[in-house]
Amino acid sequence: MTTLLDVENLWVRFPTRQGVFDAVRGVSFTLGRERLGIVGESGSGKSMTGRAILRLIRPPGIVEADHINLEGVNLLDKSEKEMRDVRGQRISMVMQDPKFSLNPVMTIGDQIIEAYRLHNSVSKSAAYNKSLEMLEAVSIRDSERVMRAYPHEMSGGMGQRIMIAMMLIPNPEILIADEPTSALDVSVQRQVLDIMDKLVKERGMGLIFISHDLNLVADFCDRVLIMYAGRIVEVCDADKLHDAKHPYTRGLLNSLPRLDAPRNRLEVLQRDPAWSDTPSVSGRE
Amino acid sequence: MTMSDDNNERRPSRAPLSATMWPVARTTIRTLGSIAVTLLGLLFVTFIIGRVMPIDPVLAIVGERASQATYDAVYQQLGLDKPLIVQFLYYIWDVLHLDFGTSLLNARPVSEDIARVFPATLELATLGIIFGVVLGVPLGVLAAVRKGSWIDQVARVLALVGYSMPIFWLGLMGLLIFYGILGWVGGPGRVGIFYVDVVPSVTGLILVDSIIDGNWDVFRDAFSHIILPASLLGYYSLAYISRMTRSFMLEQLSAEYVTTARVKGMSEWDVIWKHAFKNIRVQLITVIALSYAGLLEGSVLTEIIFSWPGIGSYITTALLSADMNAVLGGTVVVGLIFILLNIFSDLLYKVFDPRAK
Amino acid sequence: MTEQTMKQWLLTDTPTSRRHAKISAFYQGWLSFRSNTMAMIGLGILVALVVIAAAAPLLSPHDPYVQDLGNRLAPLGTDGHIFGTDSLGRDILSRLIYGARITLYIVALVALIAPVAGLLVGTISGYVGGWTDTVLMRITDIFLAFPRLVLALAFVAALGAGIENAVLAISLTAWPPYARIARAETLTIRSSDYISAIKLQGAGALRIITKHIWPLCISSLIVRVTLDMAGIILAAAGLGFLGLGAQPPSPEWGAMISEGRRFILDHWWVATMPGLAIFTVSLAFNLLGDGLRDVLDPKAGE
Repeated sequence: MTTLLDVENLWVRFPTRQGVFDAVRGVSFTLGRERLGIVGESGSGKSMTGRAILRLIRPPGIVEADHINLEGVNLLDKSEKEMRDVRGQRISMVMQDPKFSLNPVMTIGDQIIEAYRLHNSVSKSAAYNKSLEMLEAVSIRDSERVMRAYPHEMSGGMGQRIMIAMMLIPNPEILIADEPTSALDVSVQRQVLDIMDKLVKERGMGLIFISHDLNLVADFCDRVLIMYAGRIVEVCDADKLHDAKHPYTRGLLNSLPRLDAPRNRLEVLQRDPAWSDTPSVSGRE
Repeated sequence: MTMSDDNNERRPSRAPLSATMWPVARTTIRTLGSIAVTLLGLLFVTFIIGRVMPIDPVLAIVGERASQATYDAVYQQLGLDKPLIVQFLYYIWDVLHLDFGTSLLNARPVSEDIARVFPATLELATLGIIFGVVLGVPLGVLAAVRKGSWIDQVARVLALVGYSMPIFWLGLMGLLIFYGILGWVGGPGRVGIFYVDVVPSVTGLILVDSIIDGNWDVFRDAFSHIILPASLLGYYSLAYISRMTRSFMLEQLSAEYVTTARVKGMSEWDVIWKHAFKNIRVQLITVIALSYAGLLEGSVLTEIIFSWPGIGSYITTALLSADMNAVLGGTVVVGLIFILLNIFSDLLYKVFDPRAK
Repeated sequence: MTEQTMKQWLLTDTPTSRRHAKISAFYQGWLSFRSNTMAMIGLGILVALVVIAAAAPLLSPHDPYVQDLGNRLAPLGTDGHIFGTDSLGRDILSRLIYGARITLYIVALVALIAPVAGLLVGTISGYVGGWTDTVLMRITDIFLAFPRLVLALAFVAALGAGIENAVLAISLTAWPPYARIARAETLTIRSSDYISAIKLQGAGALRIITKHIWPLCISSLIVRVTLDMAGIILAAAGLGFLGLGAQPPSPEWGAMISEGRRFILDHWWVATMPGLAIFTVSLAFNLLGDGLRDVLDPKAGE
């Protein structure tokens, strides 16, 4: 399988008053044209990993890695200006809540057109038509009205589909989806996921799917990284997740109710301090 | 800012297209109603102040040695024999006709006096607010973008000092240094003594009038006189505007849509100005309007220091000579401008913020 | 109890009594406040001001009212008159020291009157709601719509010049923001579950307002009052400067500037020194207010 992205020994650090806090500690993995899930609890560093790839960690935060190679070119060697050509056009990101991730005072049309025109020098009308097309691709009927609307007039599911359209319109190779359905109603989660899945497959993209939801990831992804305290503690194929060996993963699985194996009392996760000290498992293929 | 709060509470829920006219009309009526009530309150307060003052308005007109008959005649003429509520209605009626009574000092209508002195204040405050916005907004944005850097520290100190310094004292120090010692600027007054009444008054704004007249000597002289008081007033609005801009910007820069813009591959400059700044425009307009109103008020003390013949000087001179009609007239006019600026910023709010519709 | 255990007792995560929790919270607030150097400087200046005001007769080298026409307008550093003398030959330093008393007096009175008035109006308005709320808030809006200094000027003009009237005028223009804050707090507190719980236990409106709502409004009010102090001092000085506040020969700082104004170009120190005094004190209040805001009301910071 072709390797799109190759991350080696990634660290994300934040200096605080109490000393340096390591949010991500020596994470390595690769991404091909696949759906890679990253699972972990809040503060495990999964979101930081996604943002570090795009070099979106703002000072005073520090990103260090041996390399973050995008098709063989190290992103860390790029200037901020060169990085802007990577963002959006080659790697894009969908964030958690469309209520916050869309600009409230710009029309949806303007925001999508802007995303397209940043990387394609085309006329406004061409960009407009392309945006309509893209909105239809995410199953938005009535796309002309939506183009004129403002984000607050949209429902959560609509907003997230708009977000996906906006992030895929420059045709990137990699999409990072950071908890894309956590803020949505359960009823529309599946629909949004299906749309995203279809587009990612059609275009042969790599997808990094960040979530705290083990079952969702097992269901949706090809391969899963399990993060704990800034490290990868386990890597496994999604369909074999239920055979995971690491005690943390096992603990998480056991604390979830299962229809096929009902129990009277769910287990509570018992944490072992040793988990956060053992070195990171490599997620390379 | 108070009015914007009300808007949030009263924002009509989204209605089908056919019914949109009704909520608009209702909001308009409500807004007009609240303006009317505020105006009425303003007049009521000034009316009460006018009644409780220890000066007998009749005596002030007829003098100590007038006969009882004259006194009674004037007493009735002023409507003082009527019940208070009737007097208040008379008062409203007069104000609605821009009649603030006659000045006891020069026996001229107060409204004429105010019309004469007001352009001077307007010119000063406008130049001041331009100074404050042009420097304060970029400074605030920069301080937020480079939070914790030296420029942020400078902005913080500038604001702190501005908040803490008595404006009349700073004016004095400015006069002492830039006029007395360095001689860089003109002294007190709007123009030097040789240029008084040289250009015909068209707008009452001497900078504009001198340009209309093409008299550049007057323009230069007037400019050298206005620059110091205007910069001082501008400094005060800069302190406030830069502080508010900074905190608004910080709030927006931590918002998720800013990350979205970065993910799209935008330059930081565009992220700041095209995305984040667009979101603070509305709040900023309110701050600038309030700040402008504050300058009209701050000019009261500044005008005295710089012998500036504006409404501030007018009110204080009247005050010291117990010319109550002039004081209240001036107060009502300044209060009116406050309310108008509030309404203005409220209207712009509705134009610029799609969520307020 | 040794030093170490005392500290532990103060910093505990598991307080043993309500008083213990209170003291502990206060101590932790103090610790974070203490680490704010600027706020500590502000506090230091204000403590010094209080001491100076209290010990004015001991500290001032001369009687602030005694004139010495032979030695008028003496420059800075003159023998026995470090800050020089004014147009009547009075020692400027001594006048500044006694002026601290007037400043504190004004500030203390306004800080007592305005927030209490605002708290009353705001909590009643927020708790009772309905027509009372509408009327009270309308009145508040009207006062907010007024230019403060001009309104204060008009009030003083009507009431007559003098320090008490200046205090009254400033308070009359200062209360509306407090009322708004108190109302907003009351609205959030009123609808919270624990208020319903107390109501079920039979507590009346008076008890709820005084025992449960007021204490929670206090911290945001304190921050606001401290930040407003600078403005109050400047307003009082402004009134004094216009001759509407403290009357001569009282050594009020604003009035002293007004007096020195006539000599500004030749004898600059007469107006400069009291201005510096005003600046220092209002700066101290601003620094303290910023620090308090960070401790008591972290959300409002930045």
